[in-house]
Amino acid sequence: MNNVILSKKLLGALVLGMVLTACKSTPMTDKPAGIEDKSPSAAASQSTQSTDSSADTSGVKEVVIDSNATSGLSPLNDPNSILSKRNIYFDFDSDAVKAEFRPVIEAHAKYLLENGGAKVVLQGNADERGTREYNLSLGQRRAVSVKKSFNLLGVQDNQIETVSFGEEKATPNCDYENCHALNRRVDIVYGNE
Amino acid sequence: MKKIKDFTRIFVLWLSVMVPNMAHAALEIEISGGNAQQIPIAIVPFSQDTFKGHENIANIISADLRRSGLFRVLETGGVASRPTSISQVNFGDWTSLQAQALAVGKVEVLPGNRLKVSFQLADVLKQTHLTGMEYNITPSQLRLTSHKIADAIYQKLTGEAGIFASRIAYINKSGNRYALQVADVDGVNPQTVVSSNEPIISPAWSPDGAKVAYVSFEKKKPIIFVQSLMTGQRLTLASFKGNNSAPAWSPDGTKLAIVLTHSANSQLYTINADGSGLKQVTKSSAIDTEPTWSPDGKWIYFTSDRGGRPQIYKVSATGGEAQRVTFDGVNNLSPKLSPDGRSLAMIRFDGSKFKVALQDLASGQVQILSEGAQDESPSFAPNGRVLLYATRVGGRGALAAVSADGRVRQRLTQSGGDVREPAWGPMLN
Repeated sequence: MNNVILSKKLLGALVLGMVLTACKSTPMTDKPAGIEDKSPSAAASQSTQSTDSSADTSGVKEVVIDSNATSGLSPLNDPNSILSKRNIYFDFDSDAVKAEFRPVIEAHAKYLLENGGAKVVLQGNADERGTREYNLSLGQRRAVSVKKSFNLLGVQDNQIETVSFGEEKATPNCDYENCHALNRRVDIVYGNE
Repeated sequence: MKKIKDFTRIFVLWLSVMVPNMAHAALEIEISGGNAQQIPIAIVPFSQDTFKGHENIANIISADLRRSGLFRVLETGGVASRPTSISQVNFGDWTSLQAQALAVGKVEVLPGNRLKVSFQLADVLKQTHLTGMEYNITPSQLRLTSHKIADAIYQKLTGEAGIFASRIAYINKSGNRYALQVADVDGVNPQTVVSSNEPIISPAWSPDGAKVAYVSFEKKKPIIFVQSLMTGQRLTLASFKGNNSAPAWSPDGTKLAIVLTHSANSQLYTINADGSGLKQVTKSSAIDTEPTWSPDGKWIYFTSDRGGRPQIYKVSATGGEAQRVTFDGVNNLSPKLSPDGRSLAMIRFDGSKFKVALQDLASGQVQILSEGAQDESPSFAPNGRVLLYATRVGGRGALAAVSADGRVRQRLTQSGGDVREPAWGPMLN
C-alpha cells in the first residue's frame, strides 16, 4: 500500500515535471491563434490570399502559424485537489483504464456532472513506435476508452471531446520502457486550457 | 509573431549505390554494349554564352543521372573539345573515353530576359543522334529545365519515364517549429509552405501538384487543411469533432479520403476537395486509417486492426465489405499503391523493426526494401521505380530512397533538422 502511495507521488512529481517542462518549451505569445497574413490590406483573415506577380509556377507562398498556449487559472489546477490530476497512463498496446486511475476519473466525472457548462477534452497519446497516423488512432482509442468510463458515470458526450496527438507529443528517442510508458497517456484538459 | 526562414539546403548524402543489373531495364538502344552494367555517359559542359547564371546545367544533369544508379557519368575534363551540338562532335574523342552516350548543349540569351536552352543526345558507338530538345525559358526556370533534360536522357536510354523534374514535400522540425516544406527532388530549393509551433503531419500532394493537404495541430487537435502552393490560400477541409487526419487525394483530384473519429475510433470517409459531400466509407468498431487510392480510383486501401493486429485491407471507394490484402508479418501499415497499380508498398513490423516492404499484388510475394528500425511513410516516385520514405539517423529524422528493385539507395539528411513525413509529388510541367 505504501509502495502504491509512494509510486503515485513519484508519478505526480514526474507529471508535474513534465508539465513544467512543457510550459517552458512552449513559446508564449500574446496573440490568439492565427496565421500571419503578409498582405497589408487583409485584417483578421484566416488565410493568406495575397500573391506576388511572379508567374513562376514553382513558387510557394509561405503561411506562418503561431498558436497560443493559454493557461487557465482554475480551481481545477489546485495541487491539493484530485482534480489537478489529469493524466491516465496505459499499458503497452492497451486501451484499458487501470483501476488505479478510477478515483481520478470519478472526481472529474463528478465535477462535470456538477458543472454542466464545463467541457473537457480527452487528449490521447501514444509512444513513438509505429507510424504517425496509426499512433494517432491508438491515442484516440485510449481517449475513447476514458470517455466510456465517463459515460458510465453519467457524463454525456456533449461535455466531452476525444482527440489524439498520436506520437506527436511523445518524448523523443525513448530507449527504455519507462520512457515509452509515460507517452501512453490520456490527458484531461478543460475548456480552453 | 516570428517568422522562421529556413532555407537550409538539404544535403544529399550517398549511402551506397549498388550496381544494378540492367537486364530488366528496357534498353531499346544497344548502348549498354551487352556488358556494361551502368550506362557510361559523358555530359559536356553546356556553353552558357553571355548568360552568367549560377546554375551549371551539366552538373545538375550529371547529379540526377548519377543518383538514379543507372548511369556512370564520365569525367570530361581530359577531353579538349567542347562541342555544343552533335554536328561539332568528333566521336573519336568520346569512344576513347569509353562513353556510350554523349549529351551536349548550350544556353543562348534571348531578348526580353529569356533563355534558349538546347541539348542533343548521341549514341557514341553508332555515331547517331538519339534525341534533342529546345526550351525557351525564363532564367528562374533553368534548374527545372536541367532536370527535364536529365529526364529526357533517362527516358531515351532506359525506356522508362524520368523523375527528376518533380518535387517532394516533407515536414522539417527545427527546435519547437514545424515546417511543411517542398523541395526539388534533388533536395535543392526548399521552400516553406506552412510553419507552425504545433505539429504538422501527413502532407499529401494534389494530383496536379498545385495543392497540398495536411494535418495541423494548431487548434490543439488534428484538423485537415488544403493549401494552394502558389497563393498560400488555405481551406479548412475537415474540422469535425474529434480527429481529422490522413488525407489522401483521389487520382482525379476531385475528392479526398480522410479519417474522422467523431466520438469513437478512426473510420474512413470521402469528402469533396471543396469540403462538401462527406460520405462514410467504413463502419467498424476497429481502427480504420491510412487510406490510399488505387490508381483507377475504384478502391481505397487502408490499415485496420479489425483482425486483431494492424493489417492492410481494401474497400470499394463507395463503401461496402472490406477485403484483407496482407497476411504476413506481425503488422502491416501505411499502404501505397504503385502508379501502375500492380504493387503495394507498406511498412512492415516484423516484431522488432519497422521496414519498407513491397508486395506484388498478383503473386502476393513480398520484398523487404529497407533496414528499419523505424522506417515510415513510403511514397512512390511518379514513374513507380523509386520509393521515398522516412528513416532515423542518430536519433533524428531523415529521408531515404530506394529503388523498387532494392538495388539503389540514397539518403537525404538536413543539417540540424529533423525531417519526416515525405511525399513525392507529381511531375512538373
